[in-house]
Amino acid sequence: MAEPNRSWQNARSWEELVAACRPLVTDVSFPTVEAWKGAHPDGKAIACFPVYTPQEVLAAAGALPVTLYGARGQVEIDHADSRIQSFVCSIARSTLELGLGGRAQSLDGLIVPSICDVARNLSGVWQRNFPGQFVFYLHLPQSPESPAAVTYYRGELERLRREVGEWTGCPPTDDALRGEIQIYNRNRELLDFLHQRRVEAPEQWPSAEVYVLAAVGNVLPRAEHNALLEKALQLGAVRQAPQRDAVRVLLRGAFCEQPPLELLEVLEEAGCAVVNDDLQVGSRFLLGPIRADGDPLAALAEAYLRQSVLTPVNHPGKRSRSADLLERVRATAAQGVIFASPKFCEPALYDSVLLKQALERAGTPYLEFEYEEKMTVFETVRVQAETFVESILFFS
Amino acid sequence: MTGAYRYQGVGRDLQKDLLGAWYQRLENAPRTGTPVAYLFISGNIGELLRSFGFELVFPEVNALQCGVKKVAGDFILKAEDLGYSSDVCGYVKNDIGLAASGNRGPFGTLPKPDLLVCTYSGCNTYIKWFEALAELYGARFFMLDVPYRRTGEQELPQDRDYVVAQLEQLAGVCAELTGRPYNPDRLSELLEHSRQAEELWVNILHSAHHRPSPFDAYFEAVFFMAPIYVLRGMPECVEYYRAAAQEIEERIAHRLGPVSEERFRIVLEGPPPWPHFRTFWELFKRWGVCCVASTYSKVGGIWDFGFRHDPSRPMESLAEYAMNCYTNWNWQLRRQMMERYVKDYQADALVIHSVKSCRSFSVGQADVREYFTKECDLPTLFVESDLADPRYFAEAQIRNRIDAFFEALEHRRVAGAHAGKA
Repeated sequence: MAEPNRSWQNARSWEELVAACRPLVTDVSFPTVEAWKGAHPDGKAIACFPVYTPQEVLAAAGALPVTLYGARGQVEIDHADSRIQSFVCSIARSTLELGLGGRAQSLDGLIVPSICDVARNLSGVWQRNFPGQFVFYLHLPQSPESPAAVTYYRGELERLRREVGEWTGCPPTDDALRGEIQIYNRNRELLDFLHQRRVEAPEQWPSAEVYVLAAVGNVLPRAEHNALLEKALQLGAVRQAPQRDAVRVLLRGAFCEQPPLELLEVLEEAGCAVVNDDLQVGSRFLLGPIRADGDPLAALAEAYLRQSVLTPVNHPGKRSRSADLLERVRATAAQGVIFASPKFCEPALYDSVLLKQALERAGTPYLEFEYEEKMTVFETVRVQAETFVESILFFS
Repeated sequence: MTGAYRYQGVGRDLQKDLLGAWYQRLENAPRTGTPVAYLFISGNIGELLRSFGFELVFPEVNALQCGVKKVAGDFILKAEDLGYSSDVCGYVKNDIGLAASGNRGPFGTLPKPDLLVCTYSGCNTYIKWFEALAELYGARFFMLDVPYRRTGEQELPQDRDYVVAQLEQLAGVCAELTGRPYNPDRLSELLEHSRQAEELWVNILHSAHHRPSPFDAYFEAVFFMAPIYVLRGMPECVEYYRAAAQEIEERIAHRLGPVSEERFRIVLEGPPPWPHFRTFWELFKRWGVCCVASTYSKVGGIWDFGFRHDPSRPMESLAEYAMNCYTNWNWQLRRQMMERYVKDYQADALVIHSVKSCRSFSVGQADVREYFTKECDLPTLFVESDLADPRYFAEAQIRNRIDAFFEALEHRRVAGAHAGKA
């Protein structure tokens, strides 16, 4: 039997490739991580809470970075409800459930970036409950215009390099970091190609399937994901996709907790062609390649502060999220915007108010709904999306 | 507590006068041409802004005032009409609703900001809040990025240096906006006032070591702490704490306290339910409960473990202060603080009031309960409502929980006494 994280190599079509990857994305026993650890008996796998972690540093220390989007709706919350209140987002509860329920045995540590109050406090809860694990809270600067921010963040990355190196026993050298930056640059480039193809021909590159192929990178070594994406780009280009009438939409709000795959499928079935989104945005967080020469930590720090996408959790400085959204609408010829905010996600809910006002001023239609990781009934969303599509087709 | 006593009531009354005068200055600011800066209580670097002549507005304080005066509900609904979710912070919605109502609240009319200083210390919602205000008012926004105390007891000097560098940058922005150069001597003078007020405030907090405690470190502290949060650096703030300290001294001398008979001493974690503050207090008072230490009274600064603003190192001292507000501490430090309070103040129990609005406070509190109950064998009560939104306060349910808890504590005490005699 092929190793689970190699099964995709036998795919002969786009459909086979998606079918091979989908269970790897939703299986929260993390078979690809188990397989990697089988091949690297002393290796450490480290979970990275969304939104963005400079995984190059972890990979250069010999660890397998795993982007952990909670339990993707796959587990019952038995233990975590007693530790995290009901008014907190699902991803925090399901992530803790993975730990308390003993389902995260293959993960040896957790990196939590400073994205929101919930994530921050979750890092402390994790630390107390799993004292044997490597837990690192990473401060991502919120002051992009401060002249001190790059130097400061470079220092924070140095702290990460030192501590993760001590933990894995393989301190990342500058050469190893530069090597990982090149691998991750290639990954960002391939993801960009994939998403760009979708802008050009959304029926050929359906969103839910593009999503699966991007998502599998969260649980694979990046070099392997690069090979997978190269294959995906080849297979996707030659597939015969049916033509259909759909409204081009931009999807916003899912930068952290992820919607169920079924929700993305329902949107497409309802006639939405998603041409741009912020799903799993961490792997596409940095725009353009990072310098792979010179000081690698300085390059990572500068990239974070100077060439990042705008999300609700990184302060934009002099840039504007509203202007950025309107520009994306224009550049992708989107006919409307869908705000799909995770229930109880404060950053998304605050931003959607200002973004909706900007869309109203620009005359761009939008639809808003909330979702939860463990949502199982999609009929309301389907009806809302169908009505939205019809309103654009017939009245815009 | 009046008549024979000379100082009783001074702490509350003088605080009201000082806050009233401050709000009056704010109302007059547009007429007097005084520049106005908005900032937050946690990481409040008001002394630096005051050294440039800014009057300061604290939207959190406005929100709690609206809560206590029972007008928060209307402002919150107004913000929800504008598109804000029922699941986001009530303080933010109160402020947005207030702004949409001409900034007129129970304290008068607030001036618009010339500068928004987001003292990002322990609360990400602060950023979203001021991003919204920046759009609303078109005011200059300064982001003071204060790193979290994320490595337990080990402080990171690079964090302090980073904050100092930003404070120097902020001084440049203030100079540009006010036309006044940065004056380190003036800042040191203000910080000396801060230091003196902090010394006096800590003495008041420590007075709860007495049995009975002369002071409730939660229900009374929220009044007593107002001047050190909103007027710190000003001479009248020092005068206030001199007077308040006299009130406490008099209480100690006469064995006076916030409850007629102190039966239970508690440590309290979490903010108060402002719209139902009096009711909430009464639910504890009827059991003879005195709060001898609280974490909420440290949201705007932790001085009782030794920190003081240092006029000889103004910028460094402001940075260290901003990094060490309560919710900017990680859970290890927060737990240690509560443990220390329980031990030092000889508390019988820990009460956690968990509020929906403030995830910064709340997420992790249930794990804290688990820790204190199972690993410290300390009776712990967990109640939930909100700090701003009156809709979340279920009085009957909260009363039942409080009654059941103290009944059980009393039973345990009586049973223990009997067992001792046997």
